[in-house]
Amino acid sequence: MERSTSKKIIPGFGLTFGITVAILGLLVILPLSYIVIYTLKLSPKEFFGVIFTRRVLTSFWISISTAFIAMLINTVMGILIAFVLVRYDFPGKKLMDGLIEIPFALPTAVAGISLTALYRENGALGRFFHHFGIPVAYSRFGIVIALTFVSIPYVIRSVQPVLQNLDPSIEEAASSMGASRFKTFRKVIFPEIEPAVFSGAALAFGRCLGEYGSVVFIAGNMPYKTEIVPLIIMSKLQEFSYSEASAIAFVMLIISFLILMISNIVASHNIKIKGGVS
Amino acid sequence: MEQKKNDGILKWVLIIIAAFFLFIMVIMPLGMVVAGSFAMGFKYYIASITDKYTLKALSLTLRATIASVICTSVFGLMAAWAVTRYSFPGKKIIKSIIDIPVTISPVICGMIFLLLFGRQGFIYPLLDKVGIDVIFAVPGIIIVTVFVTLPMVFREIVPVLEARGTEEEEAAAMMGASGWTIFTKITFPSIKWPFIYGMILSASRAMGEFGAVSVISGHLRGLTNTLPLHVEILFNEFNTTEAFAVASILVMLSIALLILRLVLQYVSKRKISRMQKATA
Repeated sequence: MERSTSKKIIPGFGLTFGITVAILGLLVILPLSYIVIYTLKLSPKEFFGVIFTRRVLTSFWISISTAFIAMLINTVMGILIAFVLVRYDFPGKKLMDGLIEIPFALPTAVAGISLTALYRENGALGRFFHHFGIPVAYSRFGIVIALTFVSIPYVIRSVQPVLQNLDPSIEEAASSMGASRFKTFRKVIFPEIEPAVFSGAALAFGRCLGEYGSVVFIAGNMPYKTEIVPLIIMSKLQEFSYSEASAIAFVMLIISFLILMISNIVASHNIKIKGGVS
Repeated sequence: MEQKKNDGILKWVLIIIAAFFLFIMVIMPLGMVVAGSFAMGFKYYIASITDKYTLKALSLTLRATIASVICTSVFGLMAAWAVTRYSFPGKKIIKSIIDIPVTISPVICGMIFLLLFGRQGFIYPLLDKVGIDVIFAVPGIIIVTVFVTLPMVFREIVPVLEARGTEEEEAAAMMGASGWTIFTKITFPSIKWPFIYGMILSASRAMGEFGAVSVISGHLRGLTNTLPLHVEILFNEFNTTEAFAVASILVMLSIALLILRLVLQYVSKRKISRMQKATA
């Protein structure tokens, strides 16, 4: 510690670095490496045997497709809500801004039971859809609803600061030169907020893929129909098939790291436009 | 003139779409919890939230939350200090490892501890000899809750420390100040608000954590139930009213934390703008 290299003038490196690495090693790296150890216990043939079953592949398809739809909904609504919150003044604006935080603040199990009760056949909103013969709870539609709920804030919160820093006079110039509202948005505003939209959407998608608490109630968990990947991992664990569970979890981890990597690459590609998050 | 009028219409159309979406997706679920809790009257509600099992679950949830807040605070300060005050190889890797608990699925978070401490893990024989149950017991619940909230304080204070630079601390160190003095007199005052903000975030996540504790709990009623797990059991037993009553405790706690967070954000923003005015 006393080695005063030019870069380590401030005391405390040994202590803080040591404790950080020790905690990470014990609490994160050691447990996480267990997934790898367990997966390696399987031969490649066994590994692919676990992954390439119809039930597991279907659950991956359900997880990815529902997460994607929820992400799309929240991308469109996120841009709209961020725009409304930044550009317009109206009564109840502060309340709307606070409401957006609810999906992050509310425990997922609470969201799960209350969405299930709402969208059941006899629930307040389920009755409406049931009228048209569309079942929501215990179907993939229900999964999309739950995932949409938990990922509402991501796009809004990443677009909001960028939109705030955008000079409204550019838009005024565009519209005074005769551009329509839609054209102004597409040509002037959207290019500026695009990186923020993308990173918010990637975060939302990642969150949706791993979500468990809100989905488990509304999905009904029928194999081949409404079983998402976290649910299949859970049921493998309950059957004590730990190596199968870790193989599926391993694939899941690879997918989420890929999403992170892609969004990082896109973010660094767009580095010239940085959203200043306070 | 025509354009202005159209803008007014567009404004209200967009506001109404936004409000409608949030009403269906956020307000109605919240209202459902209230309506569900009182479906069988006020007396029944009070009886459900003061039920023996509910109180036990509340106590475990609070213990796990307190443990999480303490751990994320200590770890966050240590790690943020190490990562922002010094340069060393592998810094980027350490930063991304710290982010792991919040990027992976809660079910996988629970699973890795099940594999580590379970019967087939290499620590099990040791734990068995000493007689400590981790899996399907209280220590396991606390460990996974600590795990999922570990990066919360770190993530809040690192951007602030990075933006501040290290000149002040270096100057103090050159003049012979000890590490502790530098920390308490220079570093901590500047990260006080984001530090508290991170603590609130971690409390709110710890309280509501479901997937990870669900894997590790084994659902022993009254022994290893946290409030969210208790809600699940009641709901699956078709005790819907009781489930919503217990959920309402969580809603009240999480909304209280949310309001605290928004107030904090408001106060710290005002402080910053006042400081900027003073320097300008």
